[in-house]
Amino acid sequence: MTASGYNFAYLDEQSKRMIRRALLKAVAIPGYQVPFAGREMPLPYGWGTGGIQVTASIIGRKDRLKVIDQGADDTTNAVSIRKFFARTAGVATTTRTAEASIIQTRHRIPETPLRHGQIMVYQVPIPEPLRWLEPRETQTRRMHALADYGAMHLKLYEDIARFGRVTTAYDYPVQVNGRYLMSPSPIPRLDNPKLDRSPALQLFGAGREKRIYAVPPFTSVKSLDFADHPFAVERWSSRCARCGADDSYLDEIVVDDRGGRSFICSDTDYCDSRLRPRAAE
Amino acid sequence: MYVAVKGGEAAIEAAHRLLDRDRRGDPTAPALTVAQIEGQLRLAVDRVMTEGALYDRRLAALAIKQAAGDLVEAIFLLRAYRTTLPRFAVSLPIETAGMDVDRRISAIFKDVPGGQYLGPTFDYTHRLLDFGLADDVADPEKEVVAPAAAAMPSALLPVMGWLEQEGLLEPERENPELVVGDITREPPQYPATRDVRLQALARGDEGFLLSLAYSTQRGYGRNHPFAGEIRSGRTTVEIVPEELGFAIAIGEIELTECQLVNQFKGSASQPPQFTRGYGLVFGRCERKAMAMALVDRSLRAAEFEETVTAPAQDEEFVLSHADNVEASGFVQHLKLPHYVDFQAELDIVRQMRAEEARQEAAE
Repeated sequence: MTASGYNFAYLDEQSKRMIRRALLKAVAIPGYQVPFAGREMPLPYGWGTGGIQVTASIIGRKDRLKVIDQGADDTTNAVSIRKFFARTAGVATTTRTAEASIIQTRHRIPETPLRHGQIMVYQVPIPEPLRWLEPRETQTRRMHALADYGAMHLKLYEDIARFGRVTTAYDYPVQVNGRYLMSPSPIPRLDNPKLDRSPALQLFGAGREKRIYAVPPFTSVKSLDFADHPFAVERWSSRCARCGADDSYLDEIVVDDRGGRSFICSDTDYCDSRLRPRAAE
Repeated sequence: MYVAVKGGEAAIEAAHRLLDRDRRGDPTAPALTVAQIEGQLRLAVDRVMTEGALYDRRLAALAIKQAAGDLVEAIFLLRAYRTTLPRFAVSLPIETAGMDVDRRISAIFKDVPGGQYLGPTFDYTHRLLDFGLADDVADPEKEVVAPAAAAMPSALLPVMGWLEQEGLLEPERENPELVVGDITREPPQYPATRDVRLQALARGDEGFLLSLAYSTQRGYGRNHPFAGEIRSGRTTVEIVPEELGFAIAIGEIELTECQLVNQFKGSASQPPQFTRGYGLVFGRCERKAMAMALVDRSLRAAEFEETVTAPAQDEEFVLSHADNVEASGFVQHLKLPHYVDFQAELDIVRQMRAEEARQEAAE
């Protein structure tokens, strides 16, 4: 059942066409931020309006949608966005990564490897990777045009000189197809390698900032680093307390009043899928 | 053993029910009607229409009711509705000179042809609580009797005209070639043109613009303003439908316009003259109209070869932070879970502390 009085997937067809044009341009120039006339959505800015607009523009009746926030399908905002599409587009939804044709995400890439034909839609708060170095759009656009990324390399170098390591914990800058510097959205470093030559199409939507960018399938995505200080991902000394995984991103949980800690998979579907065969035995 | 937190869906639904309950308040008290809000909270309706960028008193009143009086939330509701509407025509420029005014003042001439009209204004009220209003029981004896409507001239010539005639005020240049931008259909690009800037200011948050305007008066980008003319009233909106080829009136809207006159000492390319700041809003959001006009003039710094030193003169700073729907959403998104990012930060801080401890032990 879809909401009455609104078009399929909420946006009117003209707006969807405008967004699809921006998406085509984004795919043609990997990593380049395409300005688009973002619309107000019935969800607040900063809560995924860019991703929602991208999903609304590409979703069809046969799609199967998965929405995650922090890797989980059952966090409140993921529930809210999934419900929004179930209501406005009447599409099938799923929590299983392997079954989804479109996966809208905030801050994670699923642990289960993506396949060709799947589309990842990322919610992006600040699309400009140079923003913390240069607040002005007029300047950063020029820097991108000239591929003038010295400031970012300098920032990384200064981190290493002062702290012995790069201190960017998430939203770690990447260079796409050897050209544009790109924000991978606030995913942890562990997810950065998954962007590289991914068989899935990856679309990024920033609603408030009105920018769309993309990484087409099988495109090189390199996390910035130095030969003597290679890019490194997060490591844990423990495994998932629930499924025992030692290869997934773990959330730290405070389990008692004495500050006892436990770690579990941030990707709920991955965690569940590892438990499923065991439960069946 | 930790059990993953489930039940987001049920929690959201319960939260919505609690919200409905709180909005209704005491069920023994009569429910507020949309007509009451429209008629009696008219200035709230004006603000929601202005910043919601949709002239519809009834929908704005409904949004205020639904938002339990939270005006920024009501503005958001109206915007999210507005964005789904088709744009079927662009109106002709409205003629505020022909406005059917209920208020018209000028602070630069003691008397102006046509006269000055205070109209309904808080300006000269003493801000003493009127305890008589606390009595909810309607007393027809006490019903307000408006003064007999003065014979208002239907078209008051704009005050700015006299300055313009003398060549003391920068002329208003008409540019029939200009296709006016539409910030709801085109992404922002900097530097922006004045039409686009004015649109963004018209939708901008009243509080934000008020503070920026105030900052210019306190020396952060001072631009020596005078209230040349402020007028409120009703103006006809006309469109030219393609199939007709001539203008037809589609309705009347209430507007408040503020024209500022600002001192300007001249530059290498321009003679000394007065310059303009312009504000236009729906309804009677006069404070907003004045703030908008002050900020508009500040943002014209480059045009008059003035040095940009203050936040109110910085176009990218002002325009990219003026929208309260954007600002409210992004500030409040901090409530969303950030477990993953925080975990990544924890990892870095722990590594750095471990490294430091190792170094200290080695020393």
